[in-house]
Amino acid sequence: MPTMHRFANPARFVRISSALLPWLTVAMVGFFGAGLYFGLFNSPPDYQQGDSVRIMYVHVPAATLASGVYVVMAVASAVALIWRHPLADVAAKSSAPIGAVFTLIALVTGALWGQPTWGTWWVWDARLTSVLIMLFLYLGYMGLWQAFDDERRAARAAAILALVGAVNLPIIRFSVDWWNTLHQPASIIRADGPTIHPDLLMPLGLMWGGFLCFFAVVLIVRMHREIVLRRIQALQTLQFETAAAVPQEA
Amino acid sequence: MDTIRTFFDMGGYAAFVWPAFVVTAVLMGGLFAWSRHALRADRRTLDLLQQARRDMRSRARGTAEGEA
Repeated sequence: MPTMHRFANPARFVRISSALLPWLTVAMVGFFGAGLYFGLFNSPPDYQQGDSVRIMYVHVPAATLASGVYVVMAVASAVALIWRHPLADVAAKSSAPIGAVFTLIALVTGALWGQPTWGTWWVWDARLTSVLIMLFLYLGYMGLWQAFDDERRAARAAAILALVGAVNLPIIRFSVDWWNTLHQPASIIRADGPTIHPDLLMPLGLMWGGFLCFFAVVLIVRMHREIVLRRIQALQTLQFETAAAVPQEA
Repeated sequence: MDTIRTFFDMGGYAAFVWPAFVVTAVLMGGLFAWSRHALRADRRTLDLLQQARRDMRSRARGTAEGEA
């Protein structure tokens, strides 16, 4: 795994990602600007759902990335457990709050879309329930990191929870096919191509790009913070040990 | 004026469309601001600690030279 270990050095990671950060931020603003313009001003309403279809431009990117971030978190957790890659824990821990926010957005905007479309804010169908479980998995994962004084034990416990919770991912993905759900089946990533009109697909793609750049930007910022926190902790331990080693003056 | 009203009315779905966008903006904006603020605050703490360590070392060197 030479490529993986080349990025194992936190200082090198901070240098490379700091150079990427301004570009990603510009791309994020650009995608969101264009996505909101087309999504809110310059795209037609749906022939059945009317303007309520515009909720799709925040709901779908948030929902797909909620699962996507979980995949990142689970893969990073596996890498941390197996290869003890020093940045993998940092990446997994930093992803969790972003994934939790995306999941919360997907649930809230889904309820706001469900009321005018289905006539209900919430149903305990397989898709909605499995996404709610994912929110609890994110919160549980974040809670586990806080529950241990020993950082290494916290990392191990959290990584195991992330990996066990990954069982939920195919359930979310295929829930709409395996069970009879109120939630519609996939309409973008399908074997026979998307079933959404290009006029609606274009703003959706732009907003998706914005969400993806947001994830990258916030992930980098949070990983930088985590690296800083670990340096603070190391320095404090060092100072404590130095102070303990120096004999007290009488 | 009517165009603006029509836009904000969202074909009668204003009560659903606007809250969806506002909730998204508040949650994502909040996470972004919190993450940046926390990074800056912790960087300041790290700078202070590193400065304190440098001071301690130079004091220790000064004492050692004085004794020699």
